[in-house]
Amino acid sequence: MKVPLSWLREYVDLPAVTAQEVADKLTSAGLKLEAITAHGHEIKNVVVGQVVVIEELTGFKKPIRHCLVEVGEAAPREIVCGATNFSEGAIVPVALPGAVLPGGFEIGARKTYGRQSEGMICSEAELGIAESSPGILLLPQDTPIGADVVELLGLRDDVLELEITPDCGYALSIRGVAREAATAFGVPFRDPAAAELPAASGPSYPASIADPTACDRFVLRSVSGFDPAAESPLWMRVRLIRAGMRPVSLAVDVTNYVMLELGQPLHAFDRSRLSGEIVVRRAASGETLETLDHVTRKLHVEDILITDDTGPISMAGTMGGLHTEISGSSTDVVIEAAHFSATGIARESRRHDLVSEASKRFERGVDRELPLVASWRAVQLLVELGSGTADPGVTHAEVDVAPVRVVIPSDYPGRVAGVPYERETVVRRLEQVGCAVVEGADAASGDGGAHGVAATGVVSSGDLHEKLAVRGDDLLTVTPPSWRPDLTDPNDLAEEVIRLEGYEGLPSVLPPAPAGAGLTEEQRLRRRVGRALAYAGYVEVLCYPFMGVRDLDDLQLPADDPRRRATRLVNPLSEDEPYMRTTLLPGLLKTLVRNVGRGFGDVALFETGLVYRPEPDAPAAAPVLTVDRKPTAEELARIESALPRQPFRVATVLAGEFDRSGWWGAGRQASWADAIEAARTVAREAGVELEARADRHEPWHPGRCAALYVGDVLVGHAGELHPRVVEACGLPPRTAAMELELSLLTPPGPAQAPAVSAYPVATQDVALVVRSEVTVAEVETALREGAGELLESVRLFDVYTGEQVEEGHASLAYTLRFRAPDRTLTVEETTAARDAAVALAHERTGARLRGV
Amino acid sequence: MSNTYDPVEVTPLHADEVARAQADALAAIAAARDLDELKQVRLAHAGDRSPIALANREIGALPPQARSEAGKRIGGARKAIGQALAARQAELEAERDARVLVEETVDVTLPWDRRPRGARHPLTTLQERVADAFVAMGYEVAEGPELEGEWFNFDALNIAPDHPARSEHDTFFVESTASGKVLRTQTSPVQIRALLSRELPVYVVSPGKVFRTDELDATHTPVFHQVEGLAIDKGLTMAHLKGTLDRFAEVMFGEGITTRFRPNYFPFTEPSAEMDLRCFVCRGASASPGNPPCRTCKSEGWIEWGGCGMVNPRVLIACGVDPSVYSGFAFGMGIERTLMFRNNAEDMRDMVEGDIRFTLPFGMEV
Repeated sequence: MKVPLSWLREYVDLPAVTAQEVADKLTSAGLKLEAITAHGHEIKNVVVGQVVVIEELTGFKKPIRHCLVEVGEAAPREIVCGATNFSEGAIVPVALPGAVLPGGFEIGARKTYGRQSEGMICSEAELGIAESSPGILLLPQDTPIGADVVELLGLRDDVLELEITPDCGYALSIRGVAREAATAFGVPFRDPAAAELPAASGPSYPASIADPTACDRFVLRSVSGFDPAAESPLWMRVRLIRAGMRPVSLAVDVTNYVMLELGQPLHAFDRSRLSGEIVVRRAASGETLETLDHVTRKLHVEDILITDDTGPISMAGTMGGLHTEISGSSTDVVIEAAHFSATGIARESRRHDLVSEASKRFERGVDRELPLVASWRAVQLLVELGSGTADPGVTHAEVDVAPVRVVIPSDYPGRVAGVPYERETVVRRLEQVGCAVVEGADAASGDGGAHGVAATGVVSSGDLHEKLAVRGDDLLTVTPPSWRPDLTDPNDLAEEVIRLEGYEGLPSVLPPAPAGAGLTEEQRLRRRVGRALAYAGYVEVLCYPFMGVRDLDDLQLPADDPRRRATRLVNPLSEDEPYMRTTLLPGLLKTLVRNVGRGFGDVALFETGLVYRPEPDAPAAAPVLTVDRKPTAEELARIESALPRQPFRVATVLAGEFDRSGWWGAGRQASWADAIEAARTVAREAGVELEARADRHEPWHPGRCAALYVGDVLVGHAGELHPRVVEACGLPPRTAAMELELSLLTPPGPAQAPAVSAYPVATQDVALVVRSEVTVAEVETALREGAGELLESVRLFDVYTGEQVEEGHASLAYTLRFRAPDRTLTVEETTAARDAAVALAHERTGARLRGV
Repeated sequence: MSNTYDPVEVTPLHADEVARAQADALAAIAAARDLDELKQVRLAHAGDRSPIALANREIGALPPQARSEAGKRIGGARKAIGQALAARQAELEAERDARVLVEETVDVTLPWDRRPRGARHPLTTLQERVADAFVAMGYEVAEGPELEGEWFNFDALNIAPDHPARSEHDTFFVESTASGKVLRTQTSPVQIRALLSRELPVYVVSPGKVFRTDELDATHTPVFHQVEGLAIDKGLTMAHLKGTLDRFAEVMFGEGITTRFRPNYFPFTEPSAEMDLRCFVCRGASASPGNPPCRTCKSEGWIEWGGCGMVNPRVLIACGVDPSVYSGFAFGMGIERTLMFRNNAEDMRDMVEGDIRFTLPFGMEV
C-alpha cells in the first residue's frame, strides 16, 4: 500500500514530524514500512505562466517554437519549446532560470535554435508527476499567473510504502492507515467514510442477490449525462500515480480514487450496455466471459459473477467484463459497490490467476458497511468532475448478517502479554480499534467466545468457539467494527491491545528451564557421523532432493529396481527432475562433476539426509482432518500410511587422489577400498561392525562392489562405480561411492570397557597360502576363532601373488598378537594358539602355511 | 667388609693415588670430543668401577682415625670430577646444539598436506549451534518428515484451505493437488507432531529442511532450512517469548545483543510478531546520524531475523490441548539468512552448489 502523506494528513492531524517518524510509528503498530519515496522536494523556481505569443521556427528537423510567456514579472520571458500541444493563451508551468527539476536537473538561460531561451515550459514528466507525458502540462485557465507550481499542485509529498499483512484488509486504504496513524500519535481521526447520505428514495438500477453465500451486500447507484471527454483533475491524477495506479479516464479514476481512500472496490458499468436486472450468482457450467484484458475466460461453477439478461457481465471483485466497460462514449454510468465472500473471491482470483486491486482487498476483508458510502462518494465525484447528474435512488440488496461478538475477561490481554494492563487501558485500546465494548457477558453471546458469523466471514462451529472461550472475571463483551472481520477470537483482541500498548513495552522474562533430556542417541550419532567423515577428508554438501528418470538411467538401474519407485511432484522446479530422490547418489555425483569442472579433480564429498521411498501398497491420498479437536490415533495413522517411508541416509563419493602426491612422493588414487572404509567409519561411530560381502548391485562395478551388513541386515553398498555409470555421468575414471541407511545402524548401547592386561604381548607371524577365490574375511574369521581367547589382535600385513606362490593362489601374511589377562604367556602356549588358528583356517578355507 | 685392616694394603687410598686418579679423570674429561666420548669417560672415571669409586669402597677398611681424612680426600676428588663432567657436558651439549642440530635443519615450510581436508556444511553446523542453544535452555530437538501431510503442514496450523500459501505458486504438491501430501513449507508441522506425541509441557526446537517454489537466486532457494521452537506450558506469556529470544540472541551473538518485536501476522500465532536482532556489529550505532555506516544491518541498527508469537489457541485445539489451561509461544528463523548476516555469506547459490571452496573454510563448526 502506497500512502501519500498529504492524503493521510487530510484525515488525521499529524504533528509536524518527518515521513520517517510517521513510518516508524506505523511500523510499531504493525504496518511495516517498505520504502519512503520523496517527491518534489528538490523542485524550485517553477511558476505558472501564460503563453502570450508563439512564433513557429522553421528550418529545423522538428517543430520548434519561440514563445513569449507572461510569468508575473515586469516583462514576459522568451522561451524556446519543442512541444506543440498548446496555443497562445495557454496556462503552463514554467521553470525559470535557476530552477531545479526532479533529478537535480538545473534550468538556465541559454541560446538555442538561434534564439534566447530563459527557462523551460514543463510537461508532467518533467515535473516528476508521470513517467512519461506526450506534451506540455496545461493548467486551468483560472490558475493565478506567477504562482509557485509545486505549492499549487501539491507536488511536494512523501509516499510511504507499507507492507500490509493478510489479516489487515482495512489498512489497504488511506482510511485504515489514517486510523492507525491517529491512534499511534494520539491525535483525532476524521473518518472519510462518515459522510451524510441522501435520504433513500427507491431503487436505482434493478439488482438482486441470488446466492447469499457469494455476496451479502450489493449496492448500485447511477449517474446520467456524464461527459465522457471530461478529464481527471491533476490533483487526482497525481494522487493515483503516487499511490501506484495509472490514470485511465475520469470514470475509472474516480472508482480507483475512492477505493484507495476508503478501501471499497468499485466497478463502473456503461448503463447503455446493461440489459435487464443485475443478479449476483455463481457461474453456470460452460459459461464464459471476455474480461477487460481481452481474455475470454472459461468460468468455474464456483466463480461469483455479476450477470444481467445476457449472462455474465463481470467477475465479481476480480475483473469486469469487456462488453459493459465504460468507454470513451459512455454518458450513463452505473456504480457497483458490494461485499463479496472473502474466500469466494480468493478462490476465484487464484483459479484464474488474476490478482487485481479489488481482489486483493476482498480476500483480505472489506468493511461491510462501506458500499452505500463509497458508491455515494463516487457518484458525487462523477457529478462534480464529469458534469453528470446523480440519478435518484439507490439499489441495496443485502443478506442479514449477525454481528460477531467476543467475550473476554478484562485482564486477558495482560495474561497473554505477561504484563498487567489497566481495565481502562484495555477498553480504551479496543475502542480505538473501533470495537464496541460492553461490560459483562452479553446474554446473546453465551458465556464466552465469538458468536454470529457473516456469510463472508469465518465459518466455524459453535463447538470450536466453546473451546476458544476464555474464563475469568470482569467479562467484557466486545463487538469488533465492521472493518475488522479478522477479529474473531479472544487472542485477536489481546493482540490489538498489546500492539497498541507497544510490543517494545513487553518485559523480557526467561521462563524456568524445563527438564529436557538433551539430544537423542540418533541425533548424537548423526552429528558424530558428519564429524567423522569430515575428519576423514570428506566435504559435506546439501543437494536438492530432486531427481529425474535420466539420473536413474545414468546409474544403470534395472527397470524393476525399487529405487525407480519414486514420488512425483505436481509442480517440480524443473521437468527434468520431477521426482523426490530415492538415493543420495545422483545429487552427490552431479556435485562431484561440478567440482571437477571447476578445477578440483581430487574430490571427496558426503551428504546425509532423507530419501523418499513410497510403499507400493500405500493409500494414494492422506486425509485432511478436522481442526476443531484432536485427531484420533486411527485418523493420524491414515495420514502416516499415505506418506512415503523417509529413512535417513549417508553417502560418499570420491575421485582423483585421496592421498595426495607431493614432494614426499607419489600419492594414492581414491578407490573402492576408500568407499568401503568410509562406510566403516560411519559404522564405527554407530558402534557396530560392518561386514562386507561381494555383491553385484548397480551403480557399482560388479567386481568391486560390497554389500554392507550389520549382522544379517543389509544396510548399504560401497565400492567403485561401474565404468558405464562413470561414462554416463561424466565422472572421473574409477570414481568410488558408498551409500548406507543410517536409520538401520542402531547404536547397541554403551560401549563395554575392556580388561586391559599389563602382561607382555607375544607376537607370532604366519604366512598362509590360499586359493584366490577365498576372501580375506573368511581367513581372518577362521584365524580369530581358531586362536581362541588368548588372541589380542590379527593384522594382515602383506598380500602376495607372484612367482613365489603357485598360480591361482595368494600368500597372506598375518601378525597374531597374544596376551593373557593374568600371566606371562609361555612360548608353548602361544605356539599352540597359533597352530590352532592356522588349523581352523586350513579346515575352513584350505589355507596352509607358506613353505610347509 | 673386613673387620681387620692393613693400611699398607690399601694403596688406592694413598693421597698420591687419589690425586693421580683425579688428574687422569680431569684429563680424560677435557679430552672428550663429543657427548658419546664423554659418556665413556664418565663410565671410566666416575662409574661404579672407576678408581675413585673403588677407593671409596676401601675407606671402611681403614682404622677409624684414618677414615675421616681419607673420606675427605676422596670426597674432594669425586666432587672435582663431577663438576668437571657437568661442565664438559654443558660445553659439549652447547657445541652439539650449535653444530649438529644445525646440520639436521629441515625446511619447516615444506607442506605436509598428504591427507585431504574435509568439512561440514555450515548450514548443518549452524542448525546444530542453534539447537544447542535451546538444548542448553532445556529444550529437546524434535523431528518430522519432509514430505508431509497437508493437515500437519497447513490445517492444524490454522492455515485455511484458501490461504494463498496453499497454492502451487508457493507449495510443492506431491502426486496430485488432492493427495493431501506436500513438501513441508515450514518446520512447524513438527510442532504439531510434538504436541500430538509428547507429554505436556512441551519445549522443543526443530531444525530442518523446508521447501517453497522459489527460483534459485542470490537470496532465494527453493530448498532451505529453518529452526523453529515451540513452548507449551501453564502460564507462558509473550514476556516469556521475549525473554527466551533475548537469551537466544545473546547466546548466538554475545552479551547485550537482544531482540525487538514488531506486530505481524501468522495464522498459527496470535499475537504475532516479527523479530529483529540488534546489530551485533555496530550494536545499533550506525542508525544514528554521524556514525559510520554498517553493512551488516545496512545502518538500520537492527537485522530482521524471524517470526514469532503466542501459539494460536486454534492450533492447540487441533492438537487436543486445552487453551484454557495451557498457553505457549513459537518462533522460527531461516538458517540460510542467518548464515548470510552472521558469516557474511553473500550468495545463497554458494550454499546449494556444493563447491568445496565454499564449505572447506567452515571446518567442523560455524
